[in-house]
Amino acid sequence: MAALRQIAFYGKGGIGKSTTSQNTLAALVDHGQKILIVGCDPKADSTRLILNSKAQDTVLDLAATRGSVEDLELEDVLKVGYKGIKCVESGGPEPGVGCAGRGVITSINFLEENGAYNDVDYVSYDVLGDVVCGGFAMPIRENKAQEIYIVMSGEMMALYAANNIARGILKYAAGGSVRLGGLICNERQTDREIDLAEALAAKLNSKLIHFVPRDNIVQHAELRKMTVIQYAPDSQQAAEYRTLAQRIHDNSGKGTIPTPITMEELEDMLLDFGIMKTDEQMLAELQARDAK
Amino acid sequence: MRLHPDFLRGRAMSLKYDNDSGFHAKLIADVLSQYPGKAAKRRSKHLSVATSEKDAGEDPNTISECEVKSNIKSVPGVMTIRGCAYAGSKGVVWGPIKDMVHISHGPVGCGQYSWSQRRNYYVGLTGIDTFVTMQFTSDFQEKDIVFGGDKKLEKVIDEIAELFPLSNGISLQSECPIGLIGDDIEAVARKKAKEHTTTVVPVRCEGFRGVSQSLGHHIANDAIRDWVFDKKDLKFEPGPYDVNVIGDYNIGGDAWASRILLEEIGLRVVGNWSGDATLAEVERAPRATLNLIHCYRSMNYISRHMEEKYAIPWMEYNFFGPFQIEASLRNIAKHFGPEIEDRTETVIAKYRPFVSAVVDKYWPRLSGKRVMLYIGGLRPRHVITAYEDLGMEIVGTGYEFGHGDDYQRTGHYVKEGTLIYDDVTSYELEKFIEGIRPDLVGSGVKEKYPVQKMGIPFRQMHSWDYSGPYHGYDGFAIFARDMDMAINNPVWGLYDAPWQNDRALAAVAG
Repeated sequence: MAALRQIAFYGKGGIGKSTTSQNTLAALVDHGQKILIVGCDPKADSTRLILNSKAQDTVLDLAATRGSVEDLELEDVLKVGYKGIKCVESGGPEPGVGCAGRGVITSINFLEENGAYNDVDYVSYDVLGDVVCGGFAMPIRENKAQEIYIVMSGEMMALYAANNIARGILKYAAGGSVRLGGLICNERQTDREIDLAEALAAKLNSKLIHFVPRDNIVQHAELRKMTVIQYAPDSQQAAEYRTLAQRIHDNSGKGTIPTPITMEELEDMLLDFGIMKTDEQMLAELQARDAK
Repeated sequence: MRLHPDFLRGRAMSLKYDNDSGFHAKLIADVLSQYPGKAAKRRSKHLSVATSEKDAGEDPNTISECEVKSNIKSVPGVMTIRGCAYAGSKGVVWGPIKDMVHISHGPVGCGQYSWSQRRNYYVGLTGIDTFVTMQFTSDFQEKDIVFGGDKKLEKVIDEIAELFPLSNGISLQSECPIGLIGDDIEAVARKKAKEHTTTVVPVRCEGFRGVSQSLGHHIANDAIRDWVFDKKDLKFEPGPYDVNVIGDYNIGGDAWASRILLEEIGLRVVGNWSGDATLAEVERAPRATLNLIHCYRSMNYISRHMEEKYAIPWMEYNFFGPFQIEASLRNIAKHFGPEIEDRTETVIAKYRPFVSAVVDKYWPRLSGKRVMLYIGGLRPRHVITAYEDLGMEIVGTGYEFGHGDDYQRTGHYVKEGTLIYDDVTSYELEKFIEGIRPDLVGSGVKEKYPVQKMGIPFRQMHSWDYSGPYHGYDGFAIFARDMDMAINNPVWGLYDAPWQNDRALAAVAG
């Protein structure tokens, strides 16, 4: 058995991390890989498409009910979904209370101590939004994930978030083995999206792993609590996810130490691509409009 | 009436002596030379030698100048003796209020290791109507951190209401995690206060706030202002001689030894904060005519507030040693007019023979002995004259958490050349003691054993070493006895190995 490979998906909230990661992992199963998904989001929706159902028992909810994580058994929280993919949801508090970050740390420690990582080839972490605190950096820290995949799009805030996550990775790359695996661009049909994604990847000393085109079939599959791989295995979109899975699989050990850029550099880049306008441009446009 | 001549002489002080400025400056240079450059630069601002005050016209009480930087973050890597904001609120201000239950809200350690409080004596049935020496904690577990602890806190309050029906209120003393996870303890306090028709006071004294316990005092004072004052319809008949004693924590019975004197001169002590205090004493404080402040550092905030909002004047006083007691009693009496002033003179005269007996007994055993102090926020200056009343000399002093106004007031007490050390590190203190080799060190329990191992007598000046009271005339007698007991203990004569003292034995040992 090859050494355990651990990867993690990060990215701005709502960018499609969970959808992308589940579709990719569903495609990876066909490579004969044994996979464990660890959902690190209090919403506990990182494994819905694999399990074809939502709201399984999460580590933290069960621990709170029973007293502490020591009162849990792995079987209580480990569920098996599409083609044998194992799924665990960390869970966490309702919005606005407690410390979800500490929850992620608690769950990951529980999983490791109880042998959840035995007999799998891949562990994939799906982490909420931005790296807001130390807890959500847990998969990056302590030599857990070797490669981080940043899901992004051509939208400005997604680019900001991607750069921020790269800074988080850089912080831990020096002392550990974590690397930036690459960017995955989820098409949002913004201007020159693929060029922008490639340019940012280059700036970050990384590469664009795949540009996933927008297709409504993803929505259809999601409504049925399925991945596209399961819902429409012969569709073009399923093929896109298979390509992405293949590239991630082949990317083992090819991660890089990211070179995050400053806010000014990022904004300059957006200006170069004509996405953000300079004050002079805006003035000129306003004058042109008034002239009409 | 017979008093030791030196006791009656001085104007503001009972004793004339000088300290060796040059030597003390060298001690400072020596310790600083051992630090890396940046640390040495930062620490140098906290160490000084008191200089003579040329500009005494401004403040007639000033006899020296001891300006140092203070109330600044300790240098990382040094061993500081300071505490945290939780210590300042739970341990100092709130903890002694005896008929309330004080919940150490958070993980178990903070409450567990401060269990029993600070020797704040009180009258009452512990566990029935008073709770000072008991430990209440919400004992946070991992799930309380992750999911928030408000529900657990509500349960704790419900249990207290049921198990301790004679408790008159609850305070919530926040430990660090409460501030980190953002629990809404104010909402819990409001809800539960209504439900149980009681007082529930949330105190945001998370340990990471501020640079020492000092901010905890301030936060605790603010909580009294915001959650206790003007909350109830009080049935209290105020009188013209009502005073609050603010900042006497009744260590070893200090407040009781002070109250006797205030009552003897004709005043009515309607509240003592917070040693042996009830919540009712705190609630009715705004009805008093005068606030008498002993510990200025920990309670000046609420006194200033009462001055602004209720127009109650405040006055600092000092009940350590006969010289300061007399001066303070006269000063307090002046506020109330001739009748009280006359009674005060009678009281002072009444105690003079008692004082003479104490001074006569201990002066021959203690005079000329040199003392170094390192205490919290008040005593580094307040106890100085009590030593001098016995003929002893203060060679060095410093505060754990004093501010600029404390050092300014220290100038009313210390002689030129006195070594001044703010937030001293254990290295510095050890080197200073080694260099000066005083006859007595007065500090806390963490300093006690290292100092005694150096062969130097020691008294704990936070807790009075299981003794006390030290306030008032009664306290002065005990203070004198305790200092004598420490300094003239025969054990110090046995400090060196016998074969090093005895020639015959040395010869046998070769």
